[in-house]
Amino acid sequence: MRANNVLGIIYSHSYDESIPELTSVRTMASVPFACRYRMIDFPLSSMVNSGITQVGVVTKTHYQSLMDHIGTGKPWDLSRKREGLFILPPFNNASPYGIHDNRIQSFVSILDFLRRSRHEYVVLSDANTIYNFDFNKLFKFHSKSEADITIVYKNGKRPKLDNIMVLDMDDDTNRVNEISLSPNGSEDVDYSLNIILLRKSLFEHLVQSAFCLNHDVFERDVLQRNVKSLRVFGYQAPGFSAVVDSLQGYYSTSMQLLNPKNRKTLFDPDNQIFTKVGDNVPATYSYDCNVKNSLIADGCIINGAVENSILFRGVHVAEGAIVKNSILMQGTVISRDSKLNCVITDKNATVTPGKNLSGDESFPIYLGKRISV
Amino acid sequence: MARKTECLAMLLAGGQGSRLGILTKTIAKPAVPYGGKYRIIDFPLSNCVNSGIYTVGVLTQYQPLELHDYIGIGEPWDLDRIDGGVHILSPYQQMQGTEWYKNTANAIYQNINFIDKYDPEYVVILSGDHIYKMDYSQMLSYHKQKEAACTIAMLEVPWEEASRFGLMIVDEDGTIKEFEEKPEKPRSNKASMGVYMFTWEKLRHYLLKDEANPNSSNDFGHDLIPAMHEAGEKLVAYQFDGYWRDVGTIDSLWASNLDLLYPGAGLNLDDPNWKIYSRSPSSPPQYLSETAQVLNSMLAEGCQIEGKVDFSILFDNVTVEEGAIVRDSIIMPGSTIKSGAVVKYAIIAENTVIEENASIGKRPEEVNMDSWGITVIGSNITIGKNVCIGANEMIDFDVLEVAK
Repeated sequence: MRANNVLGIIYSHSYDESIPELTSVRTMASVPFACRYRMIDFPLSSMVNSGITQVGVVTKTHYQSLMDHIGTGKPWDLSRKREGLFILPPFNNASPYGIHDNRIQSFVSILDFLRRSRHEYVVLSDANTIYNFDFNKLFKFHSKSEADITIVYKNGKRPKLDNIMVLDMDDDTNRVNEISLSPNGSEDVDYSLNIILLRKSLFEHLVQSAFCLNHDVFERDVLQRNVKSLRVFGYQAPGFSAVVDSLQGYYSTSMQLLNPKNRKTLFDPDNQIFTKVGDNVPATYSYDCNVKNSLIADGCIINGAVENSILFRGVHVAEGAIVKNSILMQGTVISRDSKLNCVITDKNATVTPGKNLSGDESFPIYLGKRISV
Repeated sequence: MARKTECLAMLLAGGQGSRLGILTKTIAKPAVPYGGKYRIIDFPLSNCVNSGIYTVGVLTQYQPLELHDYIGIGEPWDLDRIDGGVHILSPYQQMQGTEWYKNTANAIYQNINFIDKYDPEYVVILSGDHIYKMDYSQMLSYHKQKEAACTIAMLEVPWEEASRFGLMIVDEDGTIKEFEEKPEKPRSNKASMGVYMFTWEKLRHYLLKDEANPNSSNDFGHDLIPAMHEAGEKLVAYQFDGYWRDVGTIDSLWASNLDLLYPGAGLNLDDPNWKIYSRSPSSPPQYLSETAQVLNSMLAEGCQIEGKVDFSILFDNVTVEEGAIVRDSIIMPGSTIKSGAVVKYAIIAENTVIEENASIGKRPEEVNMDSWGITVIGSNITIGKNVCIGANEMIDFDVLEVAK
């Protein structure tokens, strides 16, 4: 079994509501992340690097910026006559519901697409998950375990989201005995990254049966319910991975990239993360700037001080400005003598001269798209 | 038959650029990296698309592999088109024997069939040697307005440098009266930029004539244009005001790169209305560590900086380790400057490693000015620990580590 027998499905609006700040103008998959990427670049590049040749992107609402980003799929080498990238919009078939409002309905709405695909397996991924790993290893594990369903998990504090599957597994085989959905408690658990591999025929069958019974929670009604009757296994995600569950989570996940160890696995030179090209000039540093422990994208012009921060493309930091512990998205302008600490600015935000904005690591200040302070 | 094209560009990209020495050992001059993420050829190609010219023939000959790879189907410049787009034109076998491109005019002559296919009114001849942003559509309007057979882009250069250029003596209405090739005592400071706009019908006629002349060296500047002039064709000069540099030598390549760090030099690449497009690798963002000190510099994506970088241009994926110093230098993609190494007034080509405590290049003040020059380290080599390489050197082999 090779990854090129697998169809990729990315659920682009997974947990949109968990970061209303960033997703009011875009869907989760197109939330900017790590200087020059969008969230979807990570699952999409992982799939492509693993040899997956066909990917469907399920969308629901405000997906214009996502379509703008992925276009025909060219940057991921998915602009193809045969297979390639497919955007799967809502209102696709004569579903009585019109727009789908849960995973089961949305999967039912793409059954036609699934049936037309030649692939034997399907791998599902959410878009609020950051990772870069080789699906071939997952497939090997899946077939060696003779699994019906394999769920990729991570050990740690579970994301503060609804219906996060926490797996209780057999120590030796990693067979899942029990799934609990977002249980209480703050101890480290094995929680699902919502990357799920199964046979396409089984997926179709499970989704259709759940739909007929009017079930509405994929995790509960499709996975938890069948944990005893099917062979469900857990596969631990290798390398760096994270689930973004809130604005604070977005902030802390971004900041983890300042650690070289995390960058090393996420930005593996042999398995690159691809993204849409911006055609910006290289970043320019002036004669009196001061930049420490920061990630900087192309097109930035830095005249001030930047520390422990993440600057997206085309950010301008003027003389005398001090930016600390902040995330500045594309086109942000920080004017002369302004001070920022623990701030997230959305695209093209402006901070006028002499302002002082300070949030906290547990509560970063957010400036919306094109907002001027 | 392709759809009729008003103006087609022919880009001469076959030159070796021998004065760039080891930098063009395995690549053609137009493929030489420039400005942190570009190659020289990005400038004429981007100028073409920004000027609305979407049919471009690129004539290649010397070491074309990397250049062909780089251009590909022209997608980074939006030149992958149903009609027109970028076409790579290499020398080819013919029934009556095979010829290399003998010279600039001969290269165009050998591709008359390509141009005829698009049936253009005008053909602009460009070269892959220069850094400049120019709107060829304005030059074309001027060419039409003057009803010229050939319009030559012209730049006023400082008088003291004029003798290095091909010069034109031009009357008030822009008509070219006389040419002077690198004269000792210049009578004009109007230099040709090597950008020629021709009415295709005229150019075609003179290409055939030039080819039939056994005494011709088949060069635009030496033969074809003077022949047009002698025959009484209308030749006009089109004045260009802006940044233009021939980057054919190590010194000029180095200086032109560093011009990007002077806002006053007149070359602004951060212009949304005139972007310079390039084929970019997919690299992660650049990272400056706690110990990094980067001033007056331009850095591309994928750089990892822990040392000092001052007044330099770093291409993608360059690593500067803690304690290393890079000053007044150009570091091309993928090279590593290890801890304690010092690089001054140098060009380091791609994927080269400068090991710990090595020293590359010298400041002009440190040596006799007559023997000073930029030091160049070739691609894919290693300069061993503690090795000291002085000014004005060109190294394209591994240098083994020495004792301290």
